[in-house]
Amino acid sequence: MTRRAVITGIGVLAPSANGKKSFWDLLASGRTATRRISFFDPAPFRSQVAAECDFDPLRDGLSHQQARRMDRAAQFAVVGAREGLADSGLDLDATDPTRRGVVIGSAVGCTMSLEREYVVVSDGGARWLVDQGHAVPHLFDYLVPSSIAREVAWEVGAEGPVSLVSTGCTSGLDAVGRAAELVVEGAADVMVCGATDAPISPITMACFDAIKATTPRNDDPATASRPFDRTRNGFVLGEGCAVFVLEELEHARRRGARLYAEVAGFASRANAYHMTGLRPDGVEMAEAIRAALARARTAPDEVDYVNAHGSGTKQNDRHETAAVKRSLGAHAYATPVSSIKSMIGHSLGAIGSLEIAACVLAMENNVVPPTANLHEPDPECDLDYVPLRAREHRVDTVLSVGSGFGGFQTAMVLRRPERSAA
Amino acid sequence: MTAALVTGLGVISPAGLDTETHWANTLAGRCAIGPLTRFDASGYASTLAGEVPEFDPREHLPGRLVPQTDHMTRLALLVADAALADTDVDVAALGEFGVGVVTASSAGGFEFGHRELEKLWSRGPEHVSAYQSFAWFYAVNTGQISIRHGMRGPSGVLVTEQAGGLDALGQARRHVRGELPMMVTGGVDGWLCPWGWVAHQASGCLSRSTDPGRAYLPFSADAAGYVPGEGGALFVVESAESARARGARPRYGVVAGYAATFDPPPGSGREPSLRRAIEAALADARVAPADVDVVFADAVGLPELDAAEARALAAVFGPYGVPVTVPKTMTGRLGAGGAALDVANALLSIRDGVLPPTVNVTGPAPGHELDLVTTAREARVRTALVVARGHGGFNSALVVTA
Repeated sequence: MTRRAVITGIGVLAPSANGKKSFWDLLASGRTATRRISFFDPAPFRSQVAAECDFDPLRDGLSHQQARRMDRAAQFAVVGAREGLADSGLDLDATDPTRRGVVIGSAVGCTMSLEREYVVVSDGGARWLVDQGHAVPHLFDYLVPSSIAREVAWEVGAEGPVSLVSTGCTSGLDAVGRAAELVVEGAADVMVCGATDAPISPITMACFDAIKATTPRNDDPATASRPFDRTRNGFVLGEGCAVFVLEELEHARRRGARLYAEVAGFASRANAYHMTGLRPDGVEMAEAIRAALARARTAPDEVDYVNAHGSGTKQNDRHETAAVKRSLGAHAYATPVSSIKSMIGHSLGAIGSLEIAACVLAMENNVVPPTANLHEPDPECDLDYVPLRAREHRVDTVLSVGSGFGGFQTAMVLRRPERSAA
Repeated sequence: MTAALVTGLGVISPAGLDTETHWANTLAGRCAIGPLTRFDASGYASTLAGEVPEFDPREHLPGRLVPQTDHMTRLALLVADAALADTDVDVAALGEFGVGVVTASSAGGFEFGHRELEKLWSRGPEHVSAYQSFAWFYAVNTGQISIRHGMRGPSGVLVTEQAGGLDALGQARRHVRGELPMMVTGGVDGWLCPWGWVAHQASGCLSRSTDPGRAYLPFSADAAGYVPGEGGALFVVESAESARARGARPRYGVVAGYAATFDPPPGSGREPSLRRAIEAALADARVAPADVDVVFADAVGLPELDAAEARALAAVFGPYGVPVTVPKTMTGRLGAGGAALDVANALLSIRDGVLPPTVNVTGPAPGHELDLVTTAREARVRTALVVARGHGGFNSALVVTA
């Protein structure tokens, strides 16, 4: 019998939203979490806006040692994994650790800690031959972001396959897709999977400033992220994580687990075009969508909701609109499409998993989250983007898409489990 | 299930800028470890590395690619060119989305990142390069290879430190077993800059010896850390159907088995998981331990980790049950490139009927029941096992067969 991978637990840490429930409350309300950056003085930067999490490692349950040794992105992931596990009700002691694995996605790994420690060992950028005497013991863990997957593996006692996926801004979809493949193949029965990023640091702001990818709308941070709007002018950097318990269907059924959604189809393609540029026709993303639907044995007109990449850059939103039309045909105009980046910003690799969480919760509530800040439609983006307000809508099958630097294009199909079983 | 054939390979290592130079030096037992030259390391606790021989990227890459790439990505692009030239394939003929790229890197384009951090903190954000957003991150090699060769199939990037090269091959095999004709895959790393160096030193795993012949002595009684290096290997992995259809000879071998496991948390009292990875990879390949002709060991060069690996090998193969070799004693450990380089070494062993040596080590320490290959050995090689462990508990094992 074909094995299937179902989500049985969800843990979320998002800007202005700690935990699954508050995350959904935020999305359903259409509020935005984008603000002027508070982590450092953003005045020297072109873009001074970000969506920050309200996170304190000790308050949020980590030990002093964990708080000291882990980068913020790893701390997010461990806290997210705890919530996901608790939500799933999985008893770690009653299940085989060798059949349990971990896949975590992250675009930029431990970048905050790397920059913080760089400033120390270089004495503020003054010396190329950095000072070994001021290196902290955990510096190697920051150099190799696989340490994040290790922390989660230790947390959940995983002794099966463990890896970190780092495909830029599609990491969060690709990590869960990979985990689903491992479950379906039989390499594991339970995968703790998801993605995390904590990129809000001077070097990240500077690198996106240099290519004008982030918004300069500093005078109105709360409405700075405007996917699909005519006035959009770049994305707003975010941070956060979502971690899932993904389980083989029969394994989940045997223990009476709550079944949120099946990861029914997943595919990725590369545009082989440009490290940061997109061709306007969206051919590769359309092909990823086509392949993911085919894997899920789902027809285009069965898609009830498209969770867009919707970053709010000029080129992305046009590219993506073209890809959705190319792959869904006339149904593209009939299905709601929305971008939660309008509310929580773009957390690079993490966002793909946060968007999966949003899709699953949309399914659970039969409500589609809105695209906030969409007041002036762009004639080039002419789909139904669910502007401003969440909408009640029967959601059984969801398509979530992602697009990232390096040319990565990923699509995932999630389906209500009752339908999977039929 | 269709076989995943290796129909092309490319190597860049401290032992050579191309496959045959690397292989000739490896078989000759020439140690390529030496004092760091890329920067002045004399003030650091560790000073030895395996550096790739100097080359001019402008001779190999289009001029526009040079300013936008880190040294690591230049290495990766050179190796990808070599692997594709080796199998002489027309990518466009394999379909619009017929070829994908999955690579592993452990630290990204770190030297590029170091320079941009310096500009940011010494001169200000407006001095940071327009290329920084993608030149340093972990996905850069996959992205640049796919662009250079027009590969639009499924792409991926895995980070599991030293195990990454094997994990990438495992992922590529998954795609080829699915519906894809061809993947380019493997691992390349290169982060030798002062900032990367100081970060790596913090692992506590680097040898502090200043004698290239005494610095990295895995499995020996004198093991006291390893020497890091740079480079790696990439492969053209192809479905048997695709190779047949385009008339390519199956030249190197088959990716026959793969498995990955993770060690239990420290202090759990549970057994490390390396043995399970090896056994699962052998089972996946439908190969009995007795069929394995050689093992390319992970060989960290730290007593406790060496002992764990020696125990796992003895448990699977019996004491002294299989030849074990560590050609990385000549190059150092190349991060995600290391195990990929060992897969290349394994395939070349199959091709030439010879086992490359472990240098500088006269024999295993008492207690390690290993048949350590310390001089090149002629042998009929039909099946080889490559073992890799990534820092923190990642275990991967891969079986290649003739």
